Amino acid sequence: MNYRLRERIIKRVLMGAASTSILVVILIFLFLGKEAFPFIYEPGLSGLWNKRWIPVSFIQEFYGIIPLITGSVLVTIIAVVIMIPFGVLGAIYVAEIATAWEKNILKPFIEILAGIPSVVIGFFGLVVLSPVVKSLFGLNTGLTAFTGALLLALMAIPTVISISEDAIHSVPQSFKEASLALGASRLQTIWRVTVPAALPGIIAAIMLGMGRVIGETMVVLMVTGNAAKISWNPFDSVRTMTATIAAEMGEVAFGSTHYQALFWVAIVLLFITFLLNVVAQKVLKKYQMR
Amino acid sequence: MKRIIKVLLIVTLALTGCTKKDTTSRSNYLTIKGSDTMVHLASNWAETYMSTHAEANLSVTGGGSGTGIAALINGTTDICIASRKIKDKEVKLAQKNGAQPQEHVVARDGIAVVVNPANPVTKLTVDQIGRIYRGSYTNWKEVGGPDAPIVILSRESSSGTYVFFQERVLSKQDYSTEAMLMPSTSAIIKTVSQDKWSIGYVGLGYAFEAKAKVKMLAVIDNIDSAPVIPSVEAVKSGAYPIARPLYFYTKGKPAGLTKQFIDFCISDSGQKIVLETGYVPVN
Repeated sequence: MNYRLRERIIKRVLMGAASTSILVVILIFLFLGKEAFPFIYEPGLSGLWNKRWIPVSFIQEFYGIIPLITGSVLVTIIAVVIMIPFGVLGAIYVAEIATAWEKNILKPFIEILAGIPSVVIGFFGLVVLSPVVKSLFGLNTGLTAFTGALLLALMAIPTVISISEDAIHSVPQSFKEASLALGASRLQTIWRVTVPAALPGIIAAIMLGMGRVIGETMVVLMVTGNAAKISWNPFDSVRTMTATIAAEMGEVAFGSTHYQALFWVAIVLLFITFLLNVVAQKVLKKYQMR
Repeated sequence: MKRIIKVLLIVTLALTGCTKKDTTSRSNYLTIKGSDTMVHLASNWAETYMSTHAEANLSVTGGGSGTGIAALINGTTDICIASRKIKDKEVKLAQKNGAQPQEHVVARDGIAVVVNPANPVTKLTVDQIGRIYRGSYTNWKEVGGPDAPIVILSRESSSGTYVFFQERVLSKQDYSTEAMLMPSTSAIIKTVSQDKWSIGYVGLGYAFEAKAKVKMLAVIDNIDSAPVIPSVEAVKSGAYPIARPLYFYTKGKPAGLTKQFIDFCISDSGQKIVLETGYVPVN
């Protein structure tokens, strides 16, 4: 009797803890919607679909989020392109090739890299990396989308390595043994058997890394130069959605059009990460079925 | 970020100060709120004032000039510190709430235009700087320099300095979309010291502190006037064209502690603190 009651209480408590995140997500959606809502009437949602983001002006303000979206997308694409080879190849090495003592050195360092605060990485980027990028590519300034993407990739690589490595580890030993028994070399086994079998996990790792890249704020605020213009040149300065929110939310007048526009930026950002998650889930499912 | 921490620190200090003296009557308590540019100066003033007036209790918070003026209108602060003039709209709002805001100029601040020390350009007119920032001049050769593109650095749009510079130098036009918005003054100094063809603007105090890392340009107000290198004296005399007053706003005529504190700020010892904090005295 007493035992059963206790069991039920424990179950309820655990359920409450597990569903907190659902509640928080709903509350965030409601809050964002509430703060952003008046923008629909004045100046209207079409105001967001504009090529100019000029929130402070004596003539006319523009709240076009197109340059902010292209900025975020450009930085994310470059970061992912850099991140995938380093992350995946790194994971394969750590999981399959590295000897025990190599692992003992590599793993702690990868974990340290994951733990470095983003503001420290941003400062490193501003002081050390941006002059290097500038002189390496003969630019006028090192504050570019490329510099930001490089640092973001650096921050996301540990995530990709850790999760991909787990995925590779969880490939059943029998797969590899079967492959080796059929006469395949070690490298052939890795490329033809282990990696394909671990692919869903690797894709999930890349998606998670991408989520980290698109949501990261401090680094891009410090090193991408924050010029709100539409450009697909990696060596141009760009302004990302996250940097815009971080830089402008602090002093914007409460309830003003600018304030509401920033909430719309947040909604768009949330929508993009949401979409990314959905796609990741779909990809995972598709591969798991085979 | 640093600014937020600083403000939080001041708030915490102010709060702990309150609890220590629970019996302090309202007339001994003064709140000062507004411009982040002035927070450092105002807290220096408040500290010095409290060290000689043990009974007084002053609290200083930032949040931006706009925030401070809103607080003054709502009656949640006694003194508003502002790095820009109060707008007509805000005066009307205050009058509606039954208060006539009164302006006090307590210090002045010069904005230095800085370039990399390797840049041969030494002087520009206000109009030329405006054209650079609006994006109509994109190459240094258009302003008498070598053939090299101009990298424009600005503060973020939330900064009062951004708005002042837009009003005074850009003749209220919009900044070029090529302008790179830096999150802090120190980021501007850092970038100007690294990038040979960049141009930026920073408060006089910061420019002095940066010493040889950046080069301050002499500024020409109009064709007839001579180039003026920014300095405390030039700002004081009004010869340097890109300078602004820093304000206190009070509700109606100040009285009691408010008046005593403002008198202290514009006194000789108060103005000495202005100079020590990196701003320019008014008298």
